[in-house]
Amino acid sequence: MNALIDYTLHLADNTLILGHRNSEWTGHGPILEQDIAISNIALDLIGQARNFYQYAATLINQSTTQPINTTTEDTLAYLRNTTYFKNCLLVEQTNGDWAKTILRQFFFSAYQFYLYQHLQNSKDETLAAIAEKSLKEVTYHLRWSSEWVIRLGDGTKESNLRIKKAVDDLWMYTDELFEAASYELSAMCEGIAVDLSLIKNDWQKKVKEIFEEATLAYPQEEKHEVAFHGKEGKHSEQLVNILAEMQFLQRTYPDSNW
Amino acid sequence: MIKNEKILLLKKTWTLLETVNDPEVPVLSIIDLGIVRDVKINEDEIEVVITPTYSGCPAMDMISMNIKIALLEHGYQKIKITSVLSPAWTTDWMSENGKQKLKAFGIAPPTVKQQVCHTELFHDGEAIQCPHCNSYNTKLISQFGSTACKALYVCENCKEPFDYFKCH
Repeated sequence: MNALIDYTLHLADNTLILGHRNSEWTGHGPILEQDIAISNIALDLIGQARNFYQYAATLINQSTTQPINTTTEDTLAYLRNTTYFKNCLLVEQTNGDWAKTILRQFFFSAYQFYLYQHLQNSKDETLAAIAEKSLKEVTYHLRWSSEWVIRLGDGTKESNLRIKKAVDDLWMYTDELFEAASYELSAMCEGIAVDLSLIKNDWQKKVKEIFEEATLAYPQEEKHEVAFHGKEGKHSEQLVNILAEMQFLQRTYPDSNW
Repeated sequence: MIKNEKILLLKKTWTLLETVNDPEVPVLSIIDLGIVRDVKINEDEIEVVITPTYSGCPAMDMISMNIKIALLEHGYQKIKITSVLSPAWTTDWMSENGKQKLKAFGIAPPTVKQQVCHTELFHDGEAIQCPHCNSYNTKLISQFGSTACKALYVCENCKEPFDYFKCH
């Protein structure tokens, strides 16, 4: 049960944090149509996060003996501290310029695309249903971000420099996507979580294909020494900054409502 | 409740639900959109099963509330709204009537042939007909539009931009 809760929270946190990051672009996009696009992607991701959080809240309430349902999607998003968040480090990275935001989205959408394809067959019916629903949305995200990686890589000298810089900045965080956290391993044994080794090759193939078209070199395979492990709650200061902004209102004015 | 009464009540409920509109595309009822998946009678309670168009559709809470209000206004007392995710909503569930209403409203309806998004890049796919001048000489501007369910197009013939209710 605990592995299922943690795994569901991990899926929820990934989508909430990236959704929040993308929403920071709203009103600041390079052109109106792309401002709308990134905001739509943010909305899809936050919608997926809600579905995961609602399910996690149900599971948590069922597993405690407290008479009232004290956990809700909102308490999970707004009242947990940094170390309880289980998102990977990639999604909490700052937006940087458009190239960095695009590349972060592309790496993550390609990961989600294969992840949800497998998660649809999870033994857990709710997670399978959320995956089935979300996969349609992620397909749009993957297509959109792939096209942008190509446009920037194979574009002008300046755009090529920017996306190369983004690869240098973000590549080190991609290893973590395929390193299973303890709860992922447990949930995998129960047939709930996706075996990450099954999707790693697909992800690499996709990235190589798009990078080739974008005239970008695929980074050398090397083990990166990342000092923290986001999925296990060890985050960079970036997450602290996101939560400080995102949780401020609920923490300062508890239970305030629209 | 005897069988005939149940059938009548179900019929009446479906008809009432046709009066509940989508708050973001108000020409469409939730029946036109295919959001209502089932109506059930559980003893003295009526249960309406709905499914979201997109995970992040902000209209869902409002739709649930509007269903409740419509039914309460017509004497229903115990109402339960259940949301399901699987099978995932598709534009195939949109009624023909709904598609015509969309076009009249100036939004290109989803194409008849199911053409969901795939990962093939820079590929416009089937031509989308301009809802204003009926030309097929149109161009995709963005897969993402003013709401999650729409894409942005421009007509090369009459030069008008328009929303396309994208296949999903």
